[in-house]
Order: sequence, then C-alpha cells, then structure tokens
Amino acid sequence: MVSQRCNAAIIGTGNIGTDLLMKTLRRGGRVHCAAFVGVDPASDGLRRAAALGVDVFAEGLQGLMRTPAWENIALVFDATSAKAHVEHDAMLRGSGRRLIDLTPAAIGPYVVPVVNLDEHLDAPNVNLVTCGGQATLPILYAISRVQPVQSGEIVASIASKSAGPGTRANIDEFTRTTGRALEQVCGVEEGKAIIILNPADPPLLMRDTVHAFLPDAPTGCEPDIEHAVRAMVAQVARYVPGYRLAQRPYFLWHRDPPLRRPGKPPAVGLQVSVFLEVEGSGDYLPPYAGNLDIMTAAALAVGERLASHLAGEEPT
Amino acid sequence: MTTTTPLRRPLLQDVTLRDGMHAIAHQYSVEDMVRIARALDRAKVDLIEVSHGDGLAGNSFTYGFSAAPELAYIEAVAEVLTHARLAALLLPGIGTVEDLKDAQRAGVRTLRVATHCTEADIAKQHVEMGRSLGMDVACFLMMAHQIPTLALLEQAQKLADYGAHCVYVTDSAGALLMHETTERVRALVEHLPCEIGFHNHNNLGLGVANTVLAYEAGASRLDGSLAGMGAGAGNCALEVLVGVLHRMGIDTGADLYALADAADQLVRPLQQRPVQTDGNALMLGYAGVYSSFLLHAERAAAHFGLDARDILVELGRRRMVGGQEDMIYDVALSMTDA
Repeated sequence: MVSQRCNAAIIGTGNIGTDLLMKTLRRGGRVHCAAFVGVDPASDGLRRAAALGVDVFAEGLQGLMRTPAWENIALVFDATSAKAHVEHDAMLRGSGRRLIDLTPAAIGPYVVPVVNLDEHLDAPNVNLVTCGGQATLPILYAISRVQPVQSGEIVASIASKSAGPGTRANIDEFTRTTGRALEQVCGVEEGKAIIILNPADPPLLMRDTVHAFLPDAPTGCEPDIEHAVRAMVAQVARYVPGYRLAQRPYFLWHRDPPLRRPGKPPAVGLQVSVFLEVEGSGDYLPPYAGNLDIMTAAALAVGERLASHLAGEEPT
Repeated sequence: MTTTTPLRRPLLQDVTLRDGMHAIAHQYSVEDMVRIARALDRAKVDLIEVSHGDGLAGNSFTYGFSAAPELAYIEAVAEVLTHARLAALLLPGIGTVEDLKDAQRAGVRTLRVATHCTEADIAKQHVEMGRSLGMDVACFLMMAHQIPTLALLEQAQKLADYGAHCVYVTDSAGALLMHETTERVRALVEHLPCEIGFHNHNNLGLGVANTVLAYEAGASRLDGSLAGMGAGAGNCALEVLVGVLHRMGIDTGADLYALADAADQLVRPLQQRPVQTDGNALMLGYAGVYSSFLLHAERAAAHFGLDARDILVELGRRRMVGGQEDMIYDVALSMTDA
C-alpha cells in the first residue's frame, strides 16, 4: 500500500532550505515538497529547484498563499530567519497548517524527534532548537533517564565554512537557545552551551561534546549509562546516518576531591563525557556540514511524524 | 643644541588576573586578586584585566571552574582601583552580551573581545554592545600565527569597522617568530585607523622580545603579566618589559621596582607549576597550539599514562583553535584506545 502523500512547502531557498528540499526528494516518505518558496526569482536555490521539476514560488509565503497550490499544503517548513519567521507564524495562525521552524525564533516548543516530539504532535508551531541542540539533547536526555542530571554542558565545534552570516551575526542566540533547551527539554537544572568555529582546511566534521554531572550517582551505574547513550546514538542515526560516537563515553568520579564550583557547595558525583561526530549525508551541502545536515534531517523526521499523525496513523 | 622628541608612550595592559588564571587552573582567591590589583594600580599600570582565563562565563566543565564567582572578583578589584582602568575578556561563543552587561555594571570599563583570527565577524554584536555602553573596546585576533598578514589585516579591518578602539595581534600559541611579529603589527598599524595592540606567550622564549618589536612596529597597547603569569610558558613578563622599555629610554609611567616586588612577592609564591618555557610549554609554540591547553593536556596525560607532548602535537596537527579544550580528552582517548 502506498501511504498517502503529505504536501509541504519549504520557505527559504538558502543552504538549509535547499538541503531540506534534496532530502525530501531523496528520502521523503509521505512528505512531498509541493512548493519551494523564495523571494528572489533569480536565486540559485529557486533555479536549481525548478530544474529538478519542483514547483517554485518567488513571492514569499504571502505569494504562495494567493495561489491555488496553497489549498493542498499541510506542512510548512520555515528555513528563513528568526525575524521572517515571526511574520510567517502570524500569517499562518488559525490556518490549520503545521509550521516546522528551523530558525532560532523559537515561538513554538523545542522539539527533538527522538526526545519529545510525541508531546507536541498537535502544536501549530514547533521549533528545532539549534544544530548543537539536535546533536546533544538526545544524549543528555538518555543519561537523565538513567540518573538525574544536575548540570548539562555542551560544546559544538563546527567548520567555519558551514556557519552562515545569520549564525555569525548573532552567535549569542546559539549559546542562549541551546542552553535553555538543555534545561527545558532534558530537565537539567543548569544548561550551558558553547560554540566554536574552526577554519581548518579541509574543513573538520561537526563535533559535539556533552558533559553531564550526576550528583550522588550510585557506584557501578556506568554500564547502564553507556548502554543508554549507545542506544540513543543508534536511534538518532536512523534519521541522521552520519551521527556517531567519536570515542567511548568517558566517566570521571568527583569524590576525593569533590567537584568545586563557585557559589555552590562542593559536590560528590559522576561526570559523564560523550564525544560525538556528525557527518553530513552530502544531500546538497558537503559532508563536513553535519551541523546543517542534522537540522534538515531532524526537520524531515518531524515532518514525517506529523504527516502520519495528520493521516490518523500512529507508529506501532 | 640638539632636541629629541620624547619616545612614544605605550599603554600597559596587565593580564596577571585573567591569563594568569590559566596557570593556576583559575584558582586565585578574591583576596589574592585584590592584593595583586592594588599593587599593579600603585605601580601605575594603565589597564588591569580580570576574568576567568577563558573570559566571562568561562566557568565550565570544559575550561574549569574558578575559585570564586566571576562578579565577586570583578567587583572586589573595581573597588580598589584608583588609577588603572578595569578590563574584562569575552570570547563570543562562550560569553554573551548579558555577561558583558553584568561585567560593565560591576565596574569593567574596557571590553576585550577575542575571536579566532579568521572569525572576526562573530564579535560584531559584542563590539557594538560595548560601544553602546560607552566602553573602551579592544579586540583580539587569536592564534595570529595561523594566517598570513594580509588575511589578518582583512579581519582586523572588520573589527575596526564594527567600532573597535584597538585591534590586537594575539599570539595565543606563542608561535610567532620575530620577523612575523613585526610584519603583522606593522601592516595593521599602517592600514587601520584604530590603535593596535600586541599580546603573546613565552612558549618560544620570545615573550618580551616580540612585545618590544611590536612596540617598535607601532603597537600602542602592550600586554604583559607579573612574573609572566599566564597560560603555557606564560605571557610577556610585565616587569621585564618595563625594565627593557625604560632602558630604551621609553617612559611607561610605571614603577619598575614596585612591579618587580609584586611579581616576586605576590605572584611567584602562587605558582603551583612553574610558569616557564619547559619541554611541554615549548611544544605549544613549536606546534602552534593554544597556550591554555597546557594544564589540561598535562592532566589528561597523567590520567591516561601518555606523554603530554604527543597530545599537544596531535592537537596542533588537527588545527584545533582556542576553546576546543574538549578535544584534548578526545585526543587522549584516541591515543589510549589505538
């Protein structure tokens, strides 16, 4: 049986939008890109999409909404900017369309496919956090299912070439949003995020390191944690094939001496460090841009899940 | 009768209480900082930088936790300064504009924004915020040995355009050779409308020498720390720099004896690991590695039974940049599991 198609619009014809389009063409299940929407008819992205036989629209979301094609659109992926997303969200309020936000606007709840998507299947707007968030939240979540995590810290290192002007102009947005998502999505008391741009040539693959601090963790809990981490890596790798552990998880007990942090009492506990690598699938962007790949892969995974949900089918 | 023009007076920027944090894993007490700051202030140093070694909001599992909260250091030092201006460092990607606003409220007047030498554009929002708060803004282009002079100049131009009062050639790995220092500083001095500064590390034993060359090439802000207290083999030793400059007939306005006393009596006794160009520290300059990796690499080497030099050289080969301390354990784990 061929499952019912779900028509989607992708707004934004830059790197992210184009990579997402390629993913829907190559690996889309239900999700079908019925409209690729930009604002500049001469843009590279629109021309490329038109050449692939995709229906393109050059007058933004507003333009698309005036055409008959709009009737059939159920999902809207927004790969524009935080500022534009605020307008798009307002335009779609009450329209019944589901908005999947790849910008840092974060109007809707943060979602990570393997962590909390099921809680937000009926939300009109969901946000994909950041690339570093998509890479690290699953790990912190997996650890927190085994033992409560007090502090979660992540370092995302990305190739300079894969950081666009938007990211560069507001690097604080990454730090802030990712840190907040660690707290809201994984329930850690304190979340901290760091981002590093590395200009090495040839460009380095995206790297993410997760540190979790588990106060009062019981002796011998390491195998359970390692098992949970490895299982989670495998789950993420189902929709991000290049997602993997770069090293075995590393465990460090803070007992003698305990962990000392300014303004806090000394704490005894276990520090878990997980070293990840994300290789992009090269759909449109080169493999080093794992940071962009994991965003578009997560967006498509969210889209597919919403499509099944809208069709009244739930995964077994 | 002949007259001579007095030689240009540089601004002395002390980094004992910021870069020096690296040398003791960020463990100054507030009292240590106040004692040292007071001595620097009395010795008439122009600027004193206080923060975690990795800048504002540097407290983390990745870089290490300081002994006291960040603002406790800043507020305590701000209170005792009568002459020197208080500075703080911020690395975009680690600290944010909120951290910078907090520091400004606590008394910081000079903001120093540091990015890797190819990534100046991530500093724009912080430079602009610093300017809008009425702060003096200096920018670091770190690991300046990694790119050619012309590329460095392009990045420096961006920072000047964002509104930086001063742009630094920052030799974070202590890897610049003497002619490379002169060439980089001179190019920036010749082409930029703002002040040019120089900050380095003594990993190749060129801490003071290269700083003097930078001055001669036109740099107007010179960084140094008492007894060289800083990451890796330490920074340009401030008291030695002042001694050399005075011998050259350059008035710095600073009191040489007072600086030497502070270095010997207040700073050296705090050093747990000697801050010197020993084998491991030399390797930083030799392999072009970020100086603050030193203690982390030594700790990882001890933990995994490895040679710290192997870890450092591998980090250099992988072209790791400032802030990638997490990769030290990654490298050590790779070597252990190999």
